[in-house]
Amino acid sequence: MKHREIRTLALLLIVIVGAALRAPRFIEATSINSILLWAPLLIVVGMGQMLVIVTRGIDVSVGSMVGLSAMASGMFLRSHPNTPLVWGVAVALLVGAALGAINASVIAYGRVPAIIATLGSLSAYRGLIFILSHGVQVDSNDLPDSLSRWSSEGPIHLGGVTVPWLLVAALGIAALAAWFVRRTRTGRDIFSLGSHPEAARLRGIPVTRITFLVYAITGALCGLAGLMYASRFGFVNPGTAGQGLELIVIAAVVIGGVNVTGGSGSVVGVLLGCFLLGVINVALSVLGIDATWQQLVYGSVILIAVILDTLARRSAMRTSGAI
Amino acid sequence: MAFGGQEVVKGVDIELHAGEVHAIVGENGAGKSTVAKLIAGVHQPTAGEIRLNGKAVHLENPRQAIHLGIALIHQEPLTFPDLDVAENIFVGHQPIRNPLSGIDWNSMRRSAKAILDELGVSIDPKARVSDLSVADQQMVELACALSHDAKVLLMDETTASLTPKEVAELFGIVRRLKSQGKAIAFVSHHLDEIFEIADRITVMRDGEKVGELIPSQTTIDELIRLMVGRSVDASVKTHQTVIDAPPLLKVENLTRTGQFRNVSFEVRPGEIVGLAGLVGAGRTEVCRTIFGIDQPSSGSIQIDGKKISVRKPTDAMELGVAFVPEDRQHEGLLMPMSIEHNATLAILSKLAKFGWVDRKRENKLAREFAEKLQTAFRNVSQPVRELSGGNQQKIVLAKWLLTEPRLLILDEPTRGVDVGAKDEVHRLILQLVDQGLALLVVSSDLPELLALCDRVIVMHEGSVIQELNRDEATPERVMQAATGQVTSAKGGPI
Repeated sequence: MKHREIRTLALLLIVIVGAALRAPRFIEATSINSILLWAPLLIVVGMGQMLVIVTRGIDVSVGSMVGLSAMASGMFLRSHPNTPLVWGVAVALLVGAALGAINASVIAYGRVPAIIATLGSLSAYRGLIFILSHGVQVDSNDLPDSLSRWSSEGPIHLGGVTVPWLLVAALGIAALAAWFVRRTRTGRDIFSLGSHPEAARLRGIPVTRITFLVYAITGALCGLAGLMYASRFGFVNPGTAGQGLELIVIAAVVIGGVNVTGGSGSVVGVLLGCFLLGVINVALSVLGIDATWQQLVYGSVILIAVILDTLARRSAMRTSGAI
Repeated sequence: MAFGGQEVVKGVDIELHAGEVHAIVGENGAGKSTVAKLIAGVHQPTAGEIRLNGKAVHLENPRQAIHLGIALIHQEPLTFPDLDVAENIFVGHQPIRNPLSGIDWNSMRRSAKAILDELGVSIDPKARVSDLSVADQQMVELACALSHDAKVLLMDETTASLTPKEVAELFGIVRRLKSQGKAIAFVSHHLDEIFEIADRITVMRDGEKVGELIPSQTTIDELIRLMVGRSVDASVKTHQTVIDAPPLLKVENLTRTGQFRNVSFEVRPGEIVGLAGLVGAGRTEVCRTIFGIDQPSSGSIQIDGKKISVRKPTDAMELGVAFVPEDRQHEGLLMPMSIEHNATLAILSKLAKFGWVDRKRENKLAREFAEKLQTAFRNVSQPVRELSGGNQQKIVLAKWLLTEPRLLILDEPTRGVDVGAKDEVHRLILQLVDQGLALLVVSSDLPELLALCDRVIVMHEGSVIQELNRDEATPERVMQAATGQVTSAKGGPI
């Protein structure tokens, strides 16, 4: 493990121990189950966000993409009650990939800065959710039971704790992501592009194609996360589905050691970051801290991670005599 | 080859032979790097062709060049700081044994080690490139070229950021590569190095090839004559030198670690002093320090005989110092803003009453100065990006003249401006000095410098190596000093 991953792990342990000391209820099965249900969403979206941030970009539209995919697949399952769930997965993936491809085209081919492009789609996609649903939510009795079993059942049971299928799927995707970034030339191109874009261009790396790819992949992963959202909560509300998720995911990825200046980051770090944010989320409610404080905490996590990175880089430069 | 309508290099014939080191030399801006970049596919020629083993090749981009075995090694290595050494060498062609297990990192590291061993350097293939020295990063770039089985190696000022020991090591490697039958082009302006390593020298001047020499059959003096080979531009008028006045600016033993060392000189009112030297000699850095952008490590700056401390540019401005930087687009002008806003930028606080800018006075002052400098413009609310390079330069000058400076520092005042505008800038400089301003001018345009300046201070590798009066300053003498062919009065290597 690299030192950034160790830092995230240490932070994770501190938060767990701290929360458990303040409120013993935190290490009971109910709390642990909610963490295990929160983390998969973050992990799936986080893998995409990691690729984006490694290329020096950002995608703040992930929450709206998750919401729109959840709504589209939820409505599809409502109108096709007896269809196999795999078609729901296909709809979610397709919708997500399409939304991601729109972002990707604007950023890679239109050369619009990623923060502006995705800020636009953050709002536009949320608007589409309302137009598509006519403001009506998809209720739990509209969704098949097989979908909710992804959250309520799993391969491992320990006491009252269930490791849900959602988490298994998320870890599978993380494993796939680890293979992709470490073992394929395309995956490595993402890192070289983020490390030095001009050098990447001169070495003949297809910079535009790689940029397109990372936003499209993120969209597809958000699609999948949309269906996971429907499974976990059992309903899809046009206003709240995926709302504010971008902040939590970016916080998880950045605290997980993905450098906002591009070129570095690891799947293990992002996994730890996602669990950390899941733990913080549940700890805040178990400790009885008002939900209004959560925004402040997520924002602070991002700022602290970025400041720590900047300080570390500066001291590294000083010791190597670069300043 | 042309940039922005102006030809950068023209009609250059050059042959690189296997097993030969071919040096390309010339003054700053002679076009030597451009030639290397054309051969490596970074730029595309507008006329002429490149032949490889007798066959004409058309290079759209550097990737095509490297696939044909032509690789460019840059002065500032183009490496990936976050990736390890092995991957830097194999970016884009990492070894894959089977698609499922993907990139074979062990075999990649072994191959990297083999290439590095062959180069005779001990760099750990697993080290992160950001932890390596510049010299080692160049080795990684060289190893990358060799991993593509490059036959033609173009080295663009590769020794500029290396220590003498690292240069010696690099030369050992270059000799070995030469004996392996590589064709090597070596771009440099360090003449000693060229005589040490080159088998053949192409001399460039103003974008053209002016000669091809064999080192054993020539001398450094002849090389310098070919490099400068121009008569001083007679069109620039000189001015009456004032000698009696006490110095306005006096710099003593000014040092900034890693950039320049023990720099001392004076500038009197009504005098133009030139700073000559090659790129990287530390001229701009000295000016930035006098203006308070950078802080000196030691030494003193005096104005009117009083020691001053400038912590930031506004301190220098209050003392009557103005600095017109080299890079107009980034440092001198706000391109989308209007002429008047740009011109009055440095004196806004003087124009303001209770925090509100007096727009009428702003407009009037800007108009007066722009007209005085004979700037061609439609109206003062026109954005400066619409102006020509020469007129932009005049707006930058106007901006600083409005601060009513007593010492004006100009860094490359005529770079990138056309001939007509150049004359006007020169006339303006002479007019200012006749009004009693003290001027410090950095220029790589040697004829310009020699025509304008009362004294020329020549810098070499961070030190003042020679000071020449107008009657002593010939192009040959300046170039000899700039390339380190005279012993320094003081100081040593920084």
